[in-house]
Amino acid sequence: MATIEKRKKALSVNPLKSSQTIGAALAFLGFHRSMPMLHGSQGCTAFGKVFFVRHFREPIPLQTSAMDQVSSVMGADDNVTEGLKVICEKSSPSLVGVPTTGLAETQGCDVKRAIHAFREKYPQFNSIPVVPVTTPDFTGCMETGFAAAVHALIDVMVPVAEDAGTRPGQRKRQERKKQITVLTSSHLTPGDLEAIKDTIEMFGLRPVLIPDLSDSLDGHLTESDFSALTIGGTDVDELTTLGMSLATLVIGPSLYRAADLLHKRTGVPDRRFDHLMGLDAMDEFVHALAEISGEPVPQKLERNRAQLQDAMLDTHFMLGMTRVALAADPDLLNAFSHLLTGMGAEVVAAVAPSNAPALKNVAVDSVKLGDLEELEKMAKTHQAEIMISNSHAVESAQRLGIPLLRAGFPQYDLLGGYQKVWVGYQGTRQILFDLANMLLTLERGEIHPYHSIYKQPSEFDYGAEKATENTGLQH
Amino acid sequence: MKAKDIAELLDEPACEHNKKSKSGCAKPKPGATAGGCAFDGAQIALLPIADVAHIVHGTIACAGSSWDNRGTRSSGETLYKIGMTTDLTEQDVIMGRGEKRLFHSIKQAVEDYKPAAVFVYNTCVPALVGDDVDAICKSAAERWGTPVVPVDAAGFYGTKNLGNRIAGEAMVKYVIGTREPSPLPKKNIPQNIKVHDINLIGEYNIAGELWHVLPLLDELGLRVLCTLSGDARFHEVQSMHRAEVNMMVCSKAMINVARKLKDKYGTGWFEGSFYGVTDVSQALRDFARLINDDDLTQRTEALIVREEACIDEALQPWREKLRGKRVLLYTGGVKSWSIISALQDLGMTVVATGTKKSTEEDKARIRELMGKEAVMIEDGNPRALIKLVREQNVDVLIAGGRTMYTALKARIPFLDINQERDFGYEGYQGMIELARQIALTVDSPVWEKVRRPSPWAKASEIANKSSDVSEASDVNQADSGTAHTESAHTESAHNESARSA
Repeated sequence: MATIEKRKKALSVNPLKSSQTIGAALAFLGFHRSMPMLHGSQGCTAFGKVFFVRHFREPIPLQTSAMDQVSSVMGADDNVTEGLKVICEKSSPSLVGVPTTGLAETQGCDVKRAIHAFREKYPQFNSIPVVPVTTPDFTGCMETGFAAAVHALIDVMVPVAEDAGTRPGQRKRQERKKQITVLTSSHLTPGDLEAIKDTIEMFGLRPVLIPDLSDSLDGHLTESDFSALTIGGTDVDELTTLGMSLATLVIGPSLYRAADLLHKRTGVPDRRFDHLMGLDAMDEFVHALAEISGEPVPQKLERNRAQLQDAMLDTHFMLGMTRVALAADPDLLNAFSHLLTGMGAEVVAAVAPSNAPALKNVAVDSVKLGDLEELEKMAKTHQAEIMISNSHAVESAQRLGIPLLRAGFPQYDLLGGYQKVWVGYQGTRQILFDLANMLLTLERGEIHPYHSIYKQPSEFDYGAEKATENTGLQH
Repeated sequence: MKAKDIAELLDEPACEHNKKSKSGCAKPKPGATAGGCAFDGAQIALLPIADVAHIVHGTIACAGSSWDNRGTRSSGETLYKIGMTTDLTEQDVIMGRGEKRLFHSIKQAVEDYKPAAVFVYNTCVPALVGDDVDAICKSAAERWGTPVVPVDAAGFYGTKNLGNRIAGEAMVKYVIGTREPSPLPKKNIPQNIKVHDINLIGEYNIAGELWHVLPLLDELGLRVLCTLSGDARFHEVQSMHRAEVNMMVCSKAMINVARKLKDKYGTGWFEGSFYGVTDVSQALRDFARLINDDDLTQRTEALIVREEACIDEALQPWREKLRGKRVLLYTGGVKSWSIISALQDLGMTVVATGTKKSTEEDKARIRELMGKEAVMIEDGNPRALIKLVREQNVDVLIAGGRTMYTALKARIPFLDINQERDFGYEGYQGMIELARQIALTVDSPVWEKVRRPSPWAKASEIANKSSDVSEASDVNQADSGTAHTESAHTESAHNESARSA
């Protein structure tokens, strides 16, 4: 069990953390025709928007309640009601998420009351769900904000089973396949989510991802030129039918609290997975799917499993005893630590931006709550050979002269980083190859050339003419 | 090359087995032969000479699938890394234009790369159509003013081992003795000791491992005139005839060079290895013994005491990890015994070793090291190796790169000991890397994972698989891990959020 080392220094240098608020916004972006409206000053949204645009290279729907000097002091409830009205009028979205910011929370806003006022004042928009979530950026990190938004979505949107008349495993009308709910944590990329959906579909099940970034932010072209709202994602209506799912799969410890709530509401049994990286984790997931569906494990998955095992053997020569420096949000940090130590590597520096229950399970002696400066220092002290973190760590890795594997948010200097598949048998296999290839470039075990003190100088060393007559051969 | 010349090379008088009635190297058997051809052997033997342009005269398969394929390192010149071939076309073969193309190829190499010399490797097709490579080399050398050495090593002449000898023969015939050694440098060398000249034959500086040994030789005042051929230069090869002692490093491959230098110049030689503490010390002692200089002997003993104490301490933590681990060694020739002592130094048990390419002398040494019951593997087919691994409860298989993926498929920990490897194991320091690499694979957590059946496999399948894998104790059911059942749910405290209509 890892001990957690609290933050000790005043100044955060090269921060690792991204804010809770944008984490919540990201969760809302996983629903079709949705619009997150950050309750704060306009800068909170502008920065968040740039952050996601650079990472996903996609237009990102994101609005703001645009608190100004007056509303920050005198109360900003009107900004919420008016903001919601404008968004509903202009775009008639299927969902509006309202994550709060540090500014709004410090001011002491009651966003629920503001929404209540909006409902009273503009009943014509009652059909548009509005989900508030408390996500001040002075606590948590991106992952906790994302998880809080998922929790809030379930709380607001998912009806109690008795009221809705749903029961687990119930078939929807006009739907042949049985439905399965998947709660997906922020550490999963759109590429990951697509791979997870494919795997579930192999068992004849119909996955409903909460949220589904693989449908909205996977970078696809659409027929229409422009949309103010998200152009994909889970249909908001699906939230009301989660009680009909055969089971709920929860991926990522940050969502366990949301899973508790969903279970209480619907009575649908759930299966929980800390992550899906590596053979052990994926075996467990596939086994669960086979049990839930009653179907045998498809040959293709067996094959992929055997391919991964082979890759593990091929790459363990490079990964074994490799010293890794790792910095990421807790779910991802935990996943990587288990994948790496499972391959015989050693995580010599582990940094998370904020505390979470999952950190106790990270496969290291201690996790530091801190920034990339601390990661760099620890990496240096323990002579890390490779670094895994987001794009902000490029400079650190360069200073240390070690390669960087980009993972987590943001990845602004890498195309397609958002689409990289880390999970599953195939995803893990590719990661192992990538890591091994990076390590090969290090030319480890290199013995430095030694020049004998007695070495016979060559003619070239003196720049003298080559005396060909002296070196004539005995033909 | 004439059949007579080939037969002469095969019947090397310095080889122990040629003193018996049935002499000569064994012929390759169609359908059941692994290993390289004569060209392969000749090329790998000479390629490490770094300032030489190595031109492969032949069709593309020879150079195309072999260039830049070896872990040998140079301390400066990198010309040897540049692949050069005449890449003969159909028209060249039909119209007999190969010789012309070779002549111009030599010109191009000389003009573009200004090599210290050009080596031309003859291969099957030009040998068959009858290109006169020797004559081309001779006239090219005269025309372009650069030594051009023919290495007539067509693949059909025989095995890789023969190729090594052909390469050695070419050096003895054309290069060695064409230049006197340079005088000793005047600066930066110790003045109070007598410097003796030596050669290392059959040392390839794989992964730079020679650089673990060279500092020791420098300290003892042993000037390496030339290593044939790791990190060597052409002018060093030329001066090899002036050495006082030749060491045959870890290989019978170029034994003809040592013997011919003895015949021609009276240079004494011994066979030794730089793998393992015992062998490094032994090699240093052998130099002193053959040179027969009391001062050198004393300094050698002092150095050995110092180095052995130092490495003994450094290896201690590794010995704890490796003690009692069982090894199956399958390598060619001398390595079969030289590595044994290295592994025994680490406290490991060598349960069997390959002797396919070993001589009677090698085998006697193996018995000396491993005891009378030593298991010797003559037939190294993968199935037999895997069977032996199972029977002997082997923890790690140490063999050449070709065997590696066979071992991995059978889920057996493996260490690559041949020329393609990335790590150097020679010298006292190399032992630490060897220990580390063995520990890395033996202790890896991946073995348990790849041997374990999937959690959904039926009991009957598991039974089948476990008999396959033999170590039934390794076959565990997947642990329940982090999956949670629905029993542990608690309602969270914060669920009073506003609800939309």
